[in-house]
Amino acid sequence: MHRTGELFGQFKTLDQQKETATLGMWIFLVTEILFFGGLFLTYSINRHEFPTAFGVGGNMLSLPLGFANTIVLIASSFTMAMSVWSAQTSNKKLVPLFLILTLALGTVFLGVKVVEYKQKFDHHLIPGHSFDITYCSRNPEACQLEGKDLADEVKEIKEGIEAEGSVVALNAHAQLYFSLYFGMTGLHALHMIVGAGLLLYLILEARKGRFDANYNTPVENIGLYWHFVDIVWIFLFPLLYLINRHLA
Amino acid sequence: MSENGHHVVSPKIYALILAFLLIGTWVTVEAAKINLGRWNIVLALAIATTKMSLVILFFMHGKYSPKRTQLVIAAGFFWLAIMLGLTMTDYTTRNPEPSRSANPPAITIHGA
Repeated sequence: MHRTGELFGQFKTLDQQKETATLGMWIFLVTEILFFGGLFLTYSINRHEFPTAFGVGGNMLSLPLGFANTIVLIASSFTMAMSVWSAQTSNKKLVPLFLILTLALGTVFLGVKVVEYKQKFDHHLIPGHSFDITYCSRNPEACQLEGKDLADEVKEIKEGIEAEGSVVALNAHAQLYFSLYFGMTGLHALHMIVGAGLLLYLILEARKGRFDANYNTPVENIGLYWHFVDIVWIFLFPLLYLINRHLA
Repeated sequence: MSENGHHVVSPKIYALILAFLLIGTWVTVEAAKINLGRWNIVLALAIATTKMSLVILFFMHGKYSPKRTQLVIAAGFFWLAIMLGLTMTDYTTRNPEPSRSANPPAITIHGA
């Protein structure tokens, strides 16, 4: 076992060693940008082809939950940045504290995501043979829709069917939207779960007082990963939740 | 500053960035409720890109990284721009699928 913060033979200085590690992390993140980029491209093409169905699908998501989750994730990025600062300034007691806060906020995000997925399941919006975009407009009591919300929903479905030509076409293309919704948010959530595991490791190490001004590369690099996941959500939120809110 | 890898960003700056990000999130939600036609998506992406830049420059220390690291970051987005940009210029400028049955292409068979 090597001691943390030890200088390896191939480097001249500890700074050079740290810079190299960070550069390597960034190269990994660049591959992640292109990985998610493929999904964003698929989304863009299909949204361009089927704007109405994507608009109808987007308005079926819960804006309050999506908005709250965006706030939670941005806050977790802040606490992550603060844990890096605590390590850099050798505030050994603050490092695990900020890391625990980050993990807690990340867990809240995933919990809200579970609630949202469950709602989509109840509303017949999981791609598959029981998918039915018109379900809530036809069974308002099952979706707790009433008054203006119900009227809006019925109107939107009606306009969707008109624009797409038939219920079958609207259903098919809205299903495409929800496949992308689950694919993209699912991959994002998977990254969050991996991030939570990494944070757990950091917390255990930080509690032993491992990270200080001399050695904090793991905090810094896992921090980079966490911020990257935040950035993906910064784009997912407007693209998935806000597409057609002005028509709602 | 960028060559020693020891630049420490103060909590004040982090808090400021947090405030900007929260305001940006609020603005993007409110802007989405107004009908701007095709400009809705442009505005939403402009706000998201601004938020991303703040995260990269400050939370991820991009502003204080060595030039080499900055080059890697820029290269990543450059390739992403090529992939998204070139593909979308193709898709958005395509004519609708020509109907082959209504207007069959002329076929010349040589030597027939």
